[in-house]
Amino acid sequence: MVTVTTPLKAESRDLNFIYNGGHRALKGINMPLYEKKITALIGPSGCGKSTFLRCFNRMHDLYPGNKYEGQIVMHPDNTNVLGAGVDPIEVRMRISMVFQKPNPFPKSIYENVAYGLRVRGERNKRIIDDKVEEALKGAAIWDEVKDRLHDLAFNLSGGQQQRLCIARALATDPEIMLFDEPTSALDPIATANIEELMTELRDRLTILVVTHNMQQAARISDYTAYMYLGEMMEYGDTDRIFTNPTRKETEDYITGKFG
Amino acid sequence: MEIQISDRLAKKFRRNLIERGIEFLLLLAAMSAVFTTIAIVCILLYESYTFFEHVSLRDFLTDTQWTPLFADAHYGIMPLVSGTVTTAAIALAFAIPVGTIGAIYLSEFASHRVRETVKPILELLEGVPTIVFGYFALLLVTPLLQKLIPGLPTFNMLGPGIVIGIMVIPYIASVSEDAMRAVPMSMREGSYAMGATRFQTAIRVVTPAAISGIIAAYILAISRAVGETMVVAIAAGQQPNLTFNPMDSAATITAYIVQVAMGDLPHGSIGYQSIFAAGLVLMLMTLFFNLLGHFTRKKFREAY
Amino acid sequence: MNTEASTLKDLDAVRSMIKRHKLNDYIFGAVGLSFIMLILLTLLVLFIDLIIDGYPKLMSWDFFTSFPSRRAASAGLLSALVGSALVMIITFVSAVPMGVAAAIYLEEYAKKNWLSEVIEVNVTNLAAVPSIIYGLLALGLFVYILDFGTSILTAGLTLGLLILPVVIVATREAIRGIPVAIREAAYAVGATKWQVVSQHVVRYATGGILTGVIIGMARAIGETAPVITIGALTFIAFLPPSPVTTSAPFLNFDWLWSGFTVLPIQMFSWLSRPGADFHVNAAAAGAVIIVVTLLMNGIAIRMRYNIRKKIKWQ
Repeated sequence: MVTVTTPLKAESRDLNFIYNGGHRALKGINMPLYEKKITALIGPSGCGKSTFLRCFNRMHDLYPGNKYEGQIVMHPDNTNVLGAGVDPIEVRMRISMVFQKPNPFPKSIYENVAYGLRVRGERNKRIIDDKVEEALKGAAIWDEVKDRLHDLAFNLSGGQQQRLCIARALATDPEIMLFDEPTSALDPIATANIEELMTELRDRLTILVVTHNMQQAARISDYTAYMYLGEMMEYGDTDRIFTNPTRKETEDYITGKFG
Repeated sequence: MEIQISDRLAKKFRRNLIERGIEFLLLLAAMSAVFTTIAIVCILLYESYTFFEHVSLRDFLTDTQWTPLFADAHYGIMPLVSGTVTTAAIALAFAIPVGTIGAIYLSEFASHRVRETVKPILELLEGVPTIVFGYFALLLVTPLLQKLIPGLPTFNMLGPGIVIGIMVIPYIASVSEDAMRAVPMSMREGSYAMGATRFQTAIRVVTPAAISGIIAAYILAISRAVGETMVVAIAAGQQPNLTFNPMDSAATITAYIVQVAMGDLPHGSIGYQSIFAAGLVLMLMTLFFNLLGHFTRKKFREAY
Repeated sequence: MNTEASTLKDLDAVRSMIKRHKLNDYIFGAVGLSFIMLILLTLLVLFIDLIIDGYPKLMSWDFFTSFPSRRAASAGLLSALVGSALVMIITFVSAVPMGVAAAIYLEEYAKKNWLSEVIEVNVTNLAAVPSIIYGLLALGLFVYILDFGTSILTAGLTLGLLILPVVIVATREAIRGIPVAIREAAYAVGATKWQVVSQHVVRYATGGILTGVIIGMARAIGETAPVITIGALTFIAFLPPSPVTTSAPFLNFDWLWSGFTVLPIQMFSWLSRPGADFHVNAAAAGAVIIVVTLLMNGIAIRMRYNIRKKIKWQ
């Protein structure tokens, strides 16, 4: 079904997720995440795609009463991200995240990018300087901000803020990067920039992206998963999913009969 | 037909007139705030003006004694200012750290249940009258301090300072907590997603994001501590004393006003006018802090 | 970029670092909780101490029905209780209608111009003016210029001005909570602005306005400094003329001009006596003040929480 040459970076095994209050938002999700590929999650709103994404870095732990069942295993060390003995902070240091709405901190551009390093206890200014520059270049925003690194990040435009947030996530060399509808708050030009950036990042790390926009998934992703009502309906090569879906529900969604 | 139209017009006219009249009355009520401010400024300036006809501004600012009621009258405001500043400084040195840490704890660390229980209690405590705190300062805190610090006089600035601190802690904690709660969750998530701990998120992200509200809380607390009257009038003593030593007894501006008002000074005497001059200084001090608060808030305006 | 291998090798270092960082969490959590508990406990101890100190007086009915006296044993709160009640009537009458009207103007009528800006700034500033300054204003304006003397009227008006910002702010908040849709619904059936405001806006905002009024009144009951500044006497061994009479017109306003004392002033005077025997009276008066103000504030805060929770427009 899928080319076997690419190694696995992570996979979810029989993942269930129950929100505080008892709503079962994910039902037995199995999905591989291939290394240095982009995997897109699509589906109508409320299907659980964001919930699934946020399991990878244990964001649900921030709110009391949520419950995971099953596993998300990271390779090559076989760590179960959801394991009881695994600290969510450790997971978040390996898997970083970019949010739906740009959420820079009330700090300078420089300090936003340096945040992850400082949180890790890095104090060497030279190392931080280098990493910040590298991350800003990686996020294709260096040229726009290099002369005003100490300006407040809020003064940037929405698209720039989102690229700054990507730089922030990039600065700590994550193994996986999660994108939660990263362009839904942006205009078309900024969206195109972010999409281009994501395809460039594919060379360096593994990407999982939730998108509300099917065309976006078709444009940038290598693999696509279609979710509906908390279930994984179909997973496969993006090309195949969009040209030749096996399930009728997927086809209906993709052709716009539904959703 | 014609009659009907003019009738309707008249009705409409009357209706408009009433609406206008009501609007004018409401405006008048709203203007009461402006009138009050003007009245305060005019009264203080007017009485101070006659005061300063007798006392030179130089003496007022440089003389080291304040004894307007004595035969050998001196009119140096500095002893009163030093008392005011010292008690307020003690209070804030105590209240700002405790109140801020309490607020951060409530907003970022406490469980929902603890927060929902403690928050209303803090709001409740904001309403306790200051006269009651005067009782604590005189009869509880100072005797306790005297056991710890031998030789501490019955009237001193340390006890009232601490009590004013206790008094404004609920205020600082509650207002700062409101400001931190207003920081959007997405910002916290951004920090946690970078692998930050609770403490790092609270100190490095939430507190800076809420800083304008926190500073506003501090500024209002300063105004309160500087303008606090009953606690110092009861427990700090009535002798103006140019000192910044917390162990000394001293009078504040407010305590002096109370002392004079309790006496039987004739209207128009220099003693009577001196409380308005003192009040003017107090007003200028609080105005300074309020303006400071206004501008810091503008500078740090939250952008989220 | 780090290679996979180095990341994994670092994993142990990362884990020990996280442990170290999380220690701060525990320390701060413990410190924060103990600070909060310490403050609440301190205040609880203070209040309990006050009630214990005043207990002998609080338990005697005579304390509430006697005038002040030179002898601590027979000195009571009667004139202060009556004085506080009468002063509060004036405060209520002067502050509440004016405050509500001002808030209605600012929320419903004011256009965005310099005038409304000036009013806004004044309201915010007045809320931060020390209470004793209001005392000086009243001393100059009410006592001497308007020649009301040191009377119940003067005290009531002074405290009325003092709580005006409280009433205005609370009313505005209550009015702001009412959705535009309700206003539009009323306008749609041809109501005038005043009809909309008086019949809809104010009615739905009543709960919120009431909480502000209660909090303001509680503050006025406990205020001491401005009332001392206008020269209130501390030794009042008589009651003001009764507001209600047995013969027509059944109302009498002589009490407005009467001398008076109020609860916090009575407490202050007992507290500033050198002897310890009057301190029992002071504690008992303090306990009464605390119970009254905490009760009023408690009711208001409870109401506010209920309003915030219950009313969900839309």
